[in-house]
Amino acid sequence: MHPYQYIPATNITEAVSLLARYGPRARVMAGGTDLLVQLRGERYELDAVVDAKAIPELMALTLAKDGALSIGAAVPCYQVYEDEAIVAAFPGIIDAASLIGGIQVQSRASLGGNLCNATPSADGICPLIVHSGVVTLTGVGGTRTMLVEEFTTGPGRNALAHGEMLVKIDLPKPAAHFGAAYQRFIPRNEMDIAVAGVASAVTLDASGQKIESARIALASVGPTPIFAKKASDFLAGQPATEETYAKAGEVASTEATPISDMRGTIEQRHHLVGVLTRRTLAQAVQRARGNS
Amino acid sequence: MTTTEKPQEFKVVGTRPIRHDGIDKVLGRAVYGSDVRLAGMIYGAVLRSPYAHAKITKIDTSKAEAMPGVFAVMSGKDMPLVASGALDLGETVDDTAFTSDRVMAHDKVVFKGHPVAAVAAIDQNTGLEALKLIEVEYEVLKPVISLEDAMAPGAVVIHEGLIGDDLGEKVNNTNIAVHNRSEFGDPEAAFAKSATVLERTFIISRAHQGYIEPHASTAFWAPDGKITVWTTTQAPFGVRKTVSALLEQPLSDIKVIPTEIGGGFGGKIPVYLEPVAAVLSKKAGRPVKITMDRRAVFEASGPGPGGTIKVKMGVDDKGKITAATADIRYGAGAYPGASINPATAGIFACYEVPNVRIDSYDVVINMSKTAAYRAPGTPQATFASETLVGELCEIIGMSPMDFHLLNVSREGTRRPDGPVFPRIGNEACLEAIQGSEHFKSTLEPSTESKLRGRGMASGYWNGIGNKSSVTINVNEDGLVSLIEGNPDIGGTRTTIAMQAAEILGLPAEDVHPAVGDTDSIGYSDLTAGSRTTYATGTAAIEAAKMVIDEMKKRVAMIWETEYGNIEHVDGLFVSKVAPDHKFTFKEAAGKLGQTGGPVAMTGTVNVRGSGGGSFGTHLVDVEVDRDTGKVEILRYTAAQDAGKAVHPSYVEGQFQGGAVQGIGWALNEEYYTSDDGVMVNSTFLDYRMPTSLDVPMIETIIVEVANTNHPFGVRGIGETSIVPPAPAVANALANAIGVRLYQTPMNPGRILEALATKKTGK
Amino acid sequence: MTQTPEQSVRKVSVQCTLNGQPTEFLAAPYLSLLEVLRETLGLTGTKEGCNDGNCGACTVNVDGRIVDSCLMLGAEAEGKTIETIEGVAPAGGLHPLQQAFLEEAALQCGICTPGFLVSAKALLEREPDADEPRIRLWLAGNLCRCTGYDKIIRAVEKARDEMK
Repeated sequence: MHPYQYIPATNITEAVSLLARYGPRARVMAGGTDLLVQLRGERYELDAVVDAKAIPELMALTLAKDGALSIGAAVPCYQVYEDEAIVAAFPGIIDAASLIGGIQVQSRASLGGNLCNATPSADGICPLIVHSGVVTLTGVGGTRTMLVEEFTTGPGRNALAHGEMLVKIDLPKPAAHFGAAYQRFIPRNEMDIAVAGVASAVTLDASGQKIESARIALASVGPTPIFAKKASDFLAGQPATEETYAKAGEVASTEATPISDMRGTIEQRHHLVGVLTRRTLAQAVQRARGNS
Repeated sequence: MTTTEKPQEFKVVGTRPIRHDGIDKVLGRAVYGSDVRLAGMIYGAVLRSPYAHAKITKIDTSKAEAMPGVFAVMSGKDMPLVASGALDLGETVDDTAFTSDRVMAHDKVVFKGHPVAAVAAIDQNTGLEALKLIEVEYEVLKPVISLEDAMAPGAVVIHEGLIGDDLGEKVNNTNIAVHNRSEFGDPEAAFAKSATVLERTFIISRAHQGYIEPHASTAFWAPDGKITVWTTTQAPFGVRKTVSALLEQPLSDIKVIPTEIGGGFGGKIPVYLEPVAAVLSKKAGRPVKITMDRRAVFEASGPGPGGTIKVKMGVDDKGKITAATADIRYGAGAYPGASINPATAGIFACYEVPNVRIDSYDVVINMSKTAAYRAPGTPQATFASETLVGELCEIIGMSPMDFHLLNVSREGTRRPDGPVFPRIGNEACLEAIQGSEHFKSTLEPSTESKLRGRGMASGYWNGIGNKSSVTINVNEDGLVSLIEGNPDIGGTRTTIAMQAAEILGLPAEDVHPAVGDTDSIGYSDLTAGSRTTYATGTAAIEAAKMVIDEMKKRVAMIWETEYGNIEHVDGLFVSKVAPDHKFTFKEAAGKLGQTGGPVAMTGTVNVRGSGGGSFGTHLVDVEVDRDTGKVEILRYTAAQDAGKAVHPSYVEGQFQGGAVQGIGWALNEEYYTSDDGVMVNSTFLDYRMPTSLDVPMIETIIVEVANTNHPFGVRGIGETSIVPPAPAVANALANAIGVRLYQTPMNPGRILEALATKKTGK
Repeated sequence: MTQTPEQSVRKVSVQCTLNGQPTEFLAAPYLSLLEVLRETLGLTGTKEGCNDGNCGACTVNVDGRIVDSCLMLGAEAEGKTIETIEGVAPAGGLHPLQQAFLEEAALQCGICTPGFLVSAKALLEREPDADEPRIRLWLAGNLCRCTGYDKIIRAVEKARDEMK
């Protein structure tokens, strides 16, 4: 492994100036649970690892009074799922945060890191997408925001420009009668990579019987996590029934572009998208009904 | 616990003392392979081939040698070109030249991960950086990965020098190292007369033992020519022999110190790093430690072979087996030596088969050479035979339990490959399962989304006896130290010590066992073949009897009487002629100084055979998610014949551990290999061994049908438990989903496909 | 190249509390906490099984949370409170988990045992009433290949009951 410096940054300005100075020879480390393994596997070489965990903004986890959630890019998963208020308000996010790796990994791994690592199978990204998450990126040239679904651009690739870092992910306050869920399929029960994963979010009407709007996102069935727009659009105005979920699953399945690999086949993944869409919609609706 | 006869009375055997080495292991103090730290020690790293099959046209190590921090660099030219010859490792026999070539390639690489060079450097990372400076040029050859390709006429031949043995005939230019046949009676005629005949072909995946501790070896080659090796191995004496043969150094100049061993399951019998560390040490003049990383463990150590097994069985109208045949083909990896003989022994061992023919093929392919993996070759073969039996039972409408009992092999039955069974516990295990609460329970019926099923299978592992030595030293405080030569993978220090304690009349805690190095204990065969508690235990009993005998002589001296007047009863030395004369062992030990000095006795044995081996029957309930094909193991019971369980907790532990390994093999574990011979899933993440969340508690039933070949009736029990799980799970899955799978892993993808086939009626 | 990797990147000085003792070490910045513990500090009770966060053999406790020490840099230990297997037992005794692992025969080869003990201790400190499913979930990041987990789970349950 090429030897590298370890530089703990204490503020964003310092971190982005380091990134600007080292260019592609430096990366930001949050939990390091992907980065250190990739360095050891010589997937790329770095001269410096910039530790973000001493930067206050990246470690901030805030559930605002207005109900919006802001997750600093380096906040470890456990902090998210051990916050009872967040558990109550954002169960779809909790679904993902509590199944990334094992307990050990959750002590360090962050949703921001999961996002930057940008694997198609990332468990953390789809729930952020269906929650209409917005990422804040800061570089030497300033700060910009974009939708989570625009952030990942390919396997292991993201929208960060040179010298730019992910600062936080903002999730708007869930509307009344909003519910979300994430499920993945793995052959084992833990410590596995999703063969396929689906996050669903719905907003129901006041009766709880009709879906006013929905967002579906698919993991591990394309080069990036996929916002399933057709399935999402289809659901608007539909009754919250098993038939609807099954149809949405069929639509979502057409939006998946999986490959066959050691973790699963194209056919299996298309099929699983249908199953998981159905299951997560049912779970999301149930949660929405409890959220008045 | 099922007992089928009047047992011997024991004081120590059958109890559950805390293992002697436990305290070091829970404190983190036990020294495993990579925990060795020596003054001046440097770190080795191994450069491995990126290709599965290639000629090495050039190796230039000069840049690596010039790198600061690098002490030594080696490649195949630094290993002697040893001649071909038999390397007898106790349970298996390897070829010396092939072993040398496997440890460090000379002019050709034959598997991905094949070592081509190595460095020793001041620290691990410097060594890894130095590897990048070694220039190797390859002429890439077509890899031979599948059995079909390897066996096809005109196949690319991996070893030009390999002379195949086809039923005794020598064959040149082949990848089929061995074709054996075991035949009895006239199967074809018997099939023709059978009421029902079923033939199926099964494919089983190559699977890794998955021990958590990677291979790690340290060597110091002293200027006087003495070589000391610290290594995590199941076979310290095998390491000594192999290092001696490969480096052409006198056997007695080599001392092998076995460290604690973090799992082996057969995979830590072969030598991988030891000769490399030794050569680097000689060049560097320092001790060199090499540790494999996990990818190298998967790619370049020896898993159990995958293969294709065709099985045919005929039954009469009562369900009695008339004949059975099998065609077993295993991919040995890059050098011959797949475990085809135990596969032949085991495939029909649970049954009385009057007419039988078993063909077996040991086939060379461009993947790492396979090694023993817990009951080598037998889980694969039994997956085929027991799954076939499950289907046959469905066809003839007979319960698998009735079928097993009707056809059960017992004392006097001829094992299909020849030997006649002595007293065995096959039937007793079936009866134990039949009597279990699990067997009598009703499986919760399937629902629309959850499909439930139950399956059973039996399995057999013969095991070995062989050579062992145990030395017992009597200390003046009346406690004894015991030295044995078998690395302790799962509590065998204690099970050996308990057998000595039983004879000595001491509590288990008063016998202090230690695993000696190859200079401090007599020759001992490897920790494998379910032999350690059984055979080394026998040596411990021998040594203990010798100690008692010598102590009687000493006591006679003190009491000024004849040796023949001294008896050892209930832990006391007593005089037949003076009833008030009594010594405890401790009292007698305290007086040794007055009677001629220390008492130290070594028992050596060469135990013939295993006494019939150990049978087991497993019962499993599964639940399949109809939508995803995911399998949950709902309930699992393992019954197995232990002969006499020396330490029941560790016997249960062997049953449970083997069952879960077998479940992993059945459901998810495989070498997912690309066409060019690269294992794609070479991480624990993607190899998918069971986690604690993937299995229930494993219920155990210890059956005790005493082994007539052991003083206490003990049987070797470590391996049988991995044999029944895959077919038991396959039978349960078929019961659940109504369609059969003939290939492992029976993973969700395959189950979904099977369900889809069923739906479309294809 | 004229320098070894160790020379081209200067070592960093780290101060932390390790098994209750103030500890200072110098280490190359790219070394994992696992490497630092084992090689720099000689604490070889923490084991390496995979070096990529999938076996849990290297589990240590950092500021009250369990982590895979292969997935953390030694340099990150600055200011942290770290407990390894060597710090689990009270002086002259055993932690109830260690005792239960011995009594229940919860180890065979023992290589995964330190990781399981460190993980299980953290669980019982946080959740003294953890039930079997919870124990199984919490320990899913620790692989054991010998025991089939049965006796490990029973040992943790036994220690849990004894710690009450």
